[in-house]
Amino acid sequence: MQVGIRTRDLRKTYTSSPPLAAGSSFAFSTARGKRNKKSKSEVVALDSLTLEVSPGEIFGLLGPNGAGKSTTVGILTTRVRPSGGQAWIGEHEVWREQVAVKRLIGVVAQRPNLDFSLTAREILVFHGAYFGIHSRTRTERAEALLDRFKLRDRAEQMVRGFSGGMMQRLSIARAMMHDPQILFLDEPSAGLDPQTRLLLWEIIREYNQRGKTILLTTHNLEEADALCKRLAIIDHGRNIALGTPSELKASVPGGFVLHLRFGRQSLELLQQLQELAGVREVRAVDAASGVSSVGSSDSNSIDVYADRGGSLISEIANLASAASVELCDVHISEPSLENLFLHHTGRSMRE
Amino acid sequence: MNWKTFFALLQRDAHVARRNVIPLLLQTFLQPMMFVFIFGRVMVSSGYMPAAYKSLLLPGIMAISMVFTGVWAVAMPLISEFQFTREIEDRLLAPIEISWLAIEKVIFGTLQALVAGLVVIPMAWLLLRPVQFNLHSPITFVCVTLLVALFSSCGGLALGCSVDQTHIGLMFSMVLTPMIFFGCTYYPWSALAHFPILQKIVLVNPLVYASEGLRGTLVPQFPHLSLLAVLAGLTLFDVLLLGIGLRQFHGKAVS
Repeated sequence: MQVGIRTRDLRKTYTSSPPLAAGSSFAFSTARGKRNKKSKSEVVALDSLTLEVSPGEIFGLLGPNGAGKSTTVGILTTRVRPSGGQAWIGEHEVWREQVAVKRLIGVVAQRPNLDFSLTAREILVFHGAYFGIHSRTRTERAEALLDRFKLRDRAEQMVRGFSGGMMQRLSIARAMMHDPQILFLDEPSAGLDPQTRLLLWEIIREYNQRGKTILLTTHNLEEADALCKRLAIIDHGRNIALGTPSELKASVPGGFVLHLRFGRQSLELLQQLQELAGVREVRAVDAASGVSSVGSSDSNSIDVYADRGGSLISEIANLASAASVELCDVHISEPSLENLFLHHTGRSMRE
Repeated sequence: MNWKTFFALLQRDAHVARRNVIPLLLQTFLQPMMFVFIFGRVMVSSGYMPAAYKSLLLPGIMAISMVFTGVWAVAMPLISEFQFTREIEDRLLAPIEISWLAIEKVIFGTLQALVAGLVVIPMAWLLLRPVQFNLHSPITFVCVTLLVALFSSCGGLALGCSVDQTHIGLMFSMVLTPMIFFGCTYYPWSALAHFPILQKIVLVNPLVYASEGLRGTLVPQFPHLSLLAVLAGLTLFDVLLLGIGLRQFHGKAVS
């Protein structure tokens, strides 16, 4: 039995401060209701979000902090009450049939929310017990998951002393304990070392191959690219692009970015680069913040947005040498989701 | 209703309580026993208090122990589990309506309060003997004890879901301490006859009904509120606090 996810015109407005995991960079607006004597801050986290995740696919929600990713996961997992619209897990309407929905889903929250009063093994075993799994089965499953997530050595320890990475692994193991049809992973690899991240990707793919649906949120483009069959890019609570990673990347004009570093600043060189064939935009990168901006030249690092990659290098090198500026470093980024985000929102995902 | 999940939640709480049994015992019994020793033994033996005070004191100490234990057992875990770490999240995601998780906490707190109340009787008796018990109606005693235990854990639910971690100290100094001192625990309600306004005001304190109820059933030779008023008062506070507690719990659990 494979289970999909649907949402229709999902809206969420927080009247108090949003939950911690829901980010902090919302747009605040002031609304004066008739009943409220005092003005009240309202935070629009989701603004008519419509999505459809097919049964058995790995679907990614990509967006910057505060885009509404965690709120979407919160609503789909019964933890956040929607202000409007509807959401379904399989045939069950999430808000009305919470118990049926909770049986179908496993959830890994953005920050580890492990039961600090229990040991690692007990966390898994009790989680199994909450889902009515038979005592022998849950012990066996817990052992298998402790092995798979490389937590056997610490199984008897209280989780309070665990490192962030270990807590994250245990959170994921716990979410898989009752073998849910849908796994929600909210920023699953945040804070993991590269080796553990690869282990996690492998486990996610394996779980998906067993016919399970996976919805993950991330602002890591590499992760979205590596794992997801389809992606929705959301910003300010709206779905701004949808498709496979390659479809999305192909939709960006001039997808290449050449990151250049010169020996010194030169406004003249900047203008010459702009005139090269195939160059769409030249931006100086602020050395302190890493943010690129058009027209500013108080930096030696420059991002060139262009339709082509390697073939531009020799021309750039020639221009630099003619201007007596040393070209110290060159890096070519192929068409990426970062560029896509920039294209759709006019700003970098990291801003 | 999903009983398997409900019992698993109870088992989890019992498991955690077993692990912390020594601190739990110390926390529950140390203070009441010291109080019993100083006021019931030292003060009485040295003649500052009449011997009858021992029997008067015992129901009040029992009420304090039960209320303190019930509130502590429910409120403290809830306060920390709803904080930053959101430890309660996996239980909120268990396949059961979330109100049942709050009710499970209340039932577990009630059981702990009952144990605390029933252990205080023999312990205090050992320290104070002789104490003159006159248990005329065991059924009324059981009813009052159950209602007191339930009131303490419902109070714990309401407080635990309303108080922030940074305000735990305030919860004790502003809520529990005045409740104990104005709760007719160390004196009967009739002793407030010289302070008629205060005597009326303290009736909003549920602990008054708890101590007067236990006094009325265990040592009825002392003046006490009518048991009908006690049962009505306790039932009212149980329902009220459970209602507030569930509402607050939902507010905390769902964004």
